[in-house]
Amino acid sequence: MAAALQMAALVSSLSNLITSGKSRPGSLIRSPAGRKGGILVVRSDGRISGGFSASPRGGNLIANAVAAKAEAPASSTPSKSGHELLLFEALREGLEEEMDRDPRVCVMGEDVGHYGGSYKVTKGLATKYGDLRVLDTPIAENSFTGMGIGAAMMGLRPVVEGMNMGFLLLAFNQISNNCGMLHYTSGGQFKIPIVIRGPGGVGRQLGAEHSQRLESYFQSIPGLQMVACSTPYNAKGLMKAAIRSENPVVLFEHVLLYNLKERIPDEEYVLCLEEAEMVRPGEHVTILTYSRMRYHVMQAAKTLVNKGYDPEVIDIRSLKPFDLYTIGNSIKKTHRVLIVEECMRTGGIGASLRSAIIDNFWDYLDAPIMCLSSQDVPTPYAGTLEDWTVVQPPQIVAAVEQLCQ
Amino acid sequence: MSAFSAVKILPSHPIATVRSASHKPSAAPFLSSPSFSSPLLHNSSSSQSLRSRPLLAVSSDVLSSQKPLGSPSSASNPVVTREEALEVYEDMVLGRSFEDMCAQMYYRGKMFGFVHLYNGQEAVSTGFIKLLSNADSVVSTYRDHVHALSKGVPARAVMAELFGKETGCCRGQGGSMHMFSAPHNVLGGFAFIGEGIPVATGAAFSAKYRHEVLKESSPHGLDVTLAFFGDGTCNNGQFFECLNMAQLWKLPIVFVVENNLWAIGMSHLRATSDPEIWKKGPPFGMPGVHVDGMDVLKVREVAKEAIARARRGEGPTLVECETYRFRGHSLADPDELRKPDEKAHYAARDPITAFKKYILENNLASESELKMIEKKIDDVIEEAVEFADSSPLPPRSQLLENVFADPKGFGIGPDGKYRCEDPKFTQGTAQV
Repeated sequence: MAAALQMAALVSSLSNLITSGKSRPGSLIRSPAGRKGGILVVRSDGRISGGFSASPRGGNLIANAVAAKAEAPASSTPSKSGHELLLFEALREGLEEEMDRDPRVCVMGEDVGHYGGSYKVTKGLATKYGDLRVLDTPIAENSFTGMGIGAAMMGLRPVVEGMNMGFLLLAFNQISNNCGMLHYTSGGQFKIPIVIRGPGGVGRQLGAEHSQRLESYFQSIPGLQMVACSTPYNAKGLMKAAIRSENPVVLFEHVLLYNLKERIPDEEYVLCLEEAEMVRPGEHVTILTYSRMRYHVMQAAKTLVNKGYDPEVIDIRSLKPFDLYTIGNSIKKTHRVLIVEECMRTGGIGASLRSAIIDNFWDYLDAPIMCLSSQDVPTPYAGTLEDWTVVQPPQIVAAVEQLCQ
Repeated sequence: MSAFSAVKILPSHPIATVRSASHKPSAAPFLSSPSFSSPLLHNSSSSQSLRSRPLLAVSSDVLSSQKPLGSPSSASNPVVTREEALEVYEDMVLGRSFEDMCAQMYYRGKMFGFVHLYNGQEAVSTGFIKLLSNADSVVSTYRDHVHALSKGVPARAVMAELFGKETGCCRGQGGSMHMFSAPHNVLGGFAFIGEGIPVATGAAFSAKYRHEVLKESSPHGLDVTLAFFGDGTCNNGQFFECLNMAQLWKLPIVFVVENNLWAIGMSHLRATSDPEIWKKGPPFGMPGVHVDGMDVLKVREVAKEAIARARRGEGPTLVECETYRFRGHSLADPDELRKPDEKAHYAARDPITAFKKYILENNLASESELKMIEKKIDDVIEEAVEFADSSPLPPRSQLLENVFADPKGFGIGPDGKYRCEDPKFTQGTAQV
């Protein structure tokens, strides 16, 4: 009975969100992807069913349904009510839990210690763990990233923070040559369980150099895994997974998403690094996206739903390697693909994803893959110009309409 | 070669000759006062005039004119014991013979690519690394064969690696420039100069972390890391950034500069505004020491103190070893720029010849014993070549192994399984 009451509470809160007009992007229904626990599927007509299901369809208008992953059980609904927090707090919670769990986990970066991190992700950690475990480094990205790699080789598990992802361009030597390659070049003798994280992406008029999207530059580096978080739930889960992973992982956060609020479970959970997240199941078109563009897509999805389309939205989360299974299943169902990314058009994640899809799922496509990316320009300072460099919801709506002709 | 104008004339320092025949080696002064205002210079040059000849570095007085260290008058109190002397001699001969064999094998087409040989610099490797324990780490550059050998990596493993065989220390995946050995704590082997210095700093950081955070203390002190690199690297940003960080946190690391005066074809004096690299330690707060890198005993004395400092937690030391490579930068280098008289000058100071002379003059061993060591090394090298020759080449299935420590990092394929679970994966033929 308690369960039913809880379900009811959940449903009513869902419907509140749906009707609340301006959606708070962070309050999108958490879509539990992952291979643990049971799943909850909320149907548009208010019925709730447990277990797996194919895409929940009912009625003409599909509300923001909870995602159902067809195969594996997804993460569970919280048995308690969970707690609400902002995305940067979720990152901190994940980091703190891992630091409590394993004394070899340490943090290095500029202003991570006494200052608490330029986006407050490491606030309070230095007081708790000491100055050596949460290390304030001088401004020497190449060297302290290399230092993190050397420490990882000798058994520690460092989390290196780039104050802005763009600063990690200075560390490209170490990230490419050492982080990605040393495990292979040493014949498997040394592993590099390092996490490199930081905020990137186009912010609010931060200028060209603070608005870079490094995922496109790093994606060719062999031996490196890349993930991008987009909600407090997946931020915490991916942070924990990245720290526990034996591979070097680059965790891309986004400057504009740090203040998203969401309710996340109280109990511990770790997400799978290689999996994509089903945000909204649908039938007509597969929209693949990640990080901040997820919210532009969901905003466009509302418009599309009102126009009668049924887009399936997948947050790919794992930028390298791609979760071709989830993506493939979606394409097999919808036969149309739209990729929406914040990378530049040239050489971005979308470009790689497009060719991966063509390689693997060509026969399932009914239309050319469309890819909406940022313009190949350095991000201008002026607000209007900046808005036009990234993909906006009306463009997404137009693209879907064109795809579905 | 004297196209450039200024050779820096040293301002007058108190040039304390640390090394005199009667000086007790254990009281090497540079460690007692880590003041950066007067770094004690072990500069055994007797004249400033040498410095006005830009091609020759400051020469050592040990082997050329004055009495050698531990002259016959102090034969009763040599700087090394007999066992140590034999160990040092054997290690240097191993390094030299190995590198000579590498050259032979390269020209016979058994190894390829860039091979950088260490002939002439053996005193630095032996002088430092033979003082380390197994738990201490060594980080090197592309000129890393002898560092690996000194640290204890078997010659056969290194030779097999050079031949690209699967029995090599890195399974044939690293090659000449990437010698790694986890059991011996050899952290590479880096192709880009300067790249290894932050890694060494990280290894030193982990030693300090283990001691202070994980509370794993060892009776002999912190595990020390040695970072070896050349004169060219000392103009690179990573060098300076790491000097700063190492001193800031008092990391147990020794920065060993193998100054052989040449970065491929770029003379150190043409590339560096202030060519005295040891002087760059004190501005960061650490002692800077200059030592004659062709004299293994002098290197060893300096190394003892630097390593002891690091172990005690007193922080890093910058040691500049003036040395010389007898061969070109690599086996592909025609070595046309270096003048014959410079080469002759240093060839006369061959560290192995000099040390052999020292051993014999101090009656630490007999000629026949030394010959036996040389013969033994010859056998080791020959066996190494045979082993490498007869080892198999890596199979295709090795191609995709070790890219990720956790092979799930190759991701989830279209069929829903992790790609590494694909049976073709183990044949190296899976599409990833």
